[in-house]
Amino acid sequence: MNNLDHLYREIIMEHYKNPRNQGLVDNQDYKSNRIKNPSCGDDITIQVLVEDGVVKDVKQEATGCSISVASASVLTELVIGKTVEEAKKIVDTYINMVTDKAFDESVDLEEAAVFSGVKKFPARIKCASIAWVAFKDSLE
Amino acid sequence: MKQNPWKKDFPQLNNQLHYFDSAATSLKPTSVIEQVNYYNQQLSSNINRGMYYESQKATELYEEARETIAKFIHADLNEVVFTRGTTSSLNMVARSFGLNHLHPGDEILTSELEHHSSILPWQYVAHKTGAKLQYIPLSDEGKVTLESFEAAINDKTKVVVINHVSNVMGYVTPIKEMVAIAHEYGAIVVVDGAQAIQHIEVDVKSLDADFYAFSGHKMLGPTGIGVLYGKSDLLDDMEPLEYGGDMALDVMKQQFSWKESPTKFEAGTMPIASVIGLKAAVEYLQNTGIDNIHEYSKNLYDYFIDKIKDIKDIEFYNKSSDTFMFTFNLKNVPSHDAISYFSEKHIALRAGQHCAKLIHDFLGIHSSLRGTIYFYNTYEDVDFLVETLIEAIDYFKKLGF
Ligand SMILES: Cc1ncc(COP(=O)(O)O)c(C=O)c1O
Repeated sequence: MNNLDHLYREIIMEHYKNPRNQGLVDNQDYKSNRIKNPSCGDDITIQVLVEDGVVKDVKQEATGCSISVASASVLTELVIGKTVEEAKKIVDTYINMVTDKAFDESVDLEEAAVFSGVKKFPARIKCASIAWVAFKDSLE
Repeated sequence: MKQNPWKKDFPQLNNQLHYFDSAATSLKPTSVIEQVNYYNQQLSSNINRGMYYESQKATELYEEARETIAKFIHADLNEVVFTRGTTSSLNMVARSFGLNHLHPGDEILTSELEHHSSILPWQYVAHKTGAKLQYIPLSDEGKVTLESFEAAINDKTKVVVINHVSNVMGYVTPIKEMVAIAHEYGAIVVVDGAQAIQHIEVDVKSLDADFYAFSGHKMLGPTGIGVLYGKSDLLDDMEPLEYGGDMALDVMKQQFSWKESPTKFEAGTMPIASVIGLKAAVEYLQNTGIDNIHEYSKNLYDYFIDKIKDIKDIEFYNKSSDTFMFTFNLKNVPSHDAISYFSEKHIALRAGQHCAKLIHDFLGIHSSLRGTIYFYNTYEDVDFLVETLIEAIDYFKKLGF
């Protein structure tokens, strides 16, 4: 597989075309965080509902490239139901993976593991991490 | 197929790179690199103060650069201020001139075609002074026309802020005619020439522009150096933004006076190597001839446009570009997805909003791909680009975009 095929995995395309947990809710219990990337036009909002230290629900609305849209979608599926601590650990692991740093391989990234191809495209790291950073910010 | 006589002058083109990102920054010819090295290797010293050979020589070259540039744009010597680049030049005008001359009710007239460096400083001035930022309505093609400008300007207009060439569409704005109209209303005109100076003849006297800004790095020169041209009476009237070494005339405990333009605007140690490099860049452009550069680029651009005219699934936004800039998207493919395909093939394009969000809003798109054909590009470069375009369309289609 060449670098590009490694980037555009089927799972990514599938999430891009059918993003999960899409659409924002009008509910004050959700913490909302919007990040725009003015250089590329990405615009991503993540809403998080935390109850008793557990991520109960995550909503997302993403406009941008396939990598940013798909990574927002994959994120939501992965972290719903996790404790806040687990979710933070997952985000850190993921960010380390896409930035080509050492990461804790014992953390199960499930579908998000397909984003490992991003590390060969430094220019796309932002695309792959924007939703994840927004999510982690709203856990703080 | 025509041999390109200039490519050999650009050492970065010795590898596999196909460089179509000249609007972001141009490549540098050997003569520029050598002049920068000459200063660093043999003349390192500060200017205007050293009493030894190196310093005197560096000072001489620094001032010769000013002369070369003044002649190049038909300005007087004291009207050429060295800055960090277009952004600095435009901010200097906004802060030093704009903040001190605008009042509530005044209007600043600009366009959605502007680069953020041109528009944001004046948004700031508008907020600070109570002046209003107004936009010249663009034509369907996204152009600033004389008609729409005439309809938009009025007695309240004090400043017109406009690009000479748009960095997204590549259109040439009718500056000379606009300046004449603006002056009838008593407005001054600030021209962003960052995308013009490397493509077309710029004669500030004939344009009669009040301010004209450009960057060295887009005209074959080094980064970190640019120019602000200003009419001398306007520059004389402006306060420096930076105070420090070299700009002061007399210093006392409680007050000081400053030198005349341009020295009063060049406080501290300037990027001397870059100034010397910029001189070499202007000389390269002069020796090559802006007309020759334009003609070669135009022929190659026409060749490109002809080759892609039947390709479906490209959305083209500026078919009537005047400066061989092509802005487009692959149908249904976000620009940041598409760009990765090109970068894997060592084709340098730009993806995103190119620091010009408002024109993307106008076009109703999030972002775009932008390329520019310049005189060091070859017919082979264009063939490879077209081949890759066709492959990319196919690749993304198969993926399901
Ligand atoms: C039209 C225009 N104006 C201003 C700028 C800013 O130039 P610089 O980044 O060199 O200050 C650019 C370049 O990006 C440009 O294309």
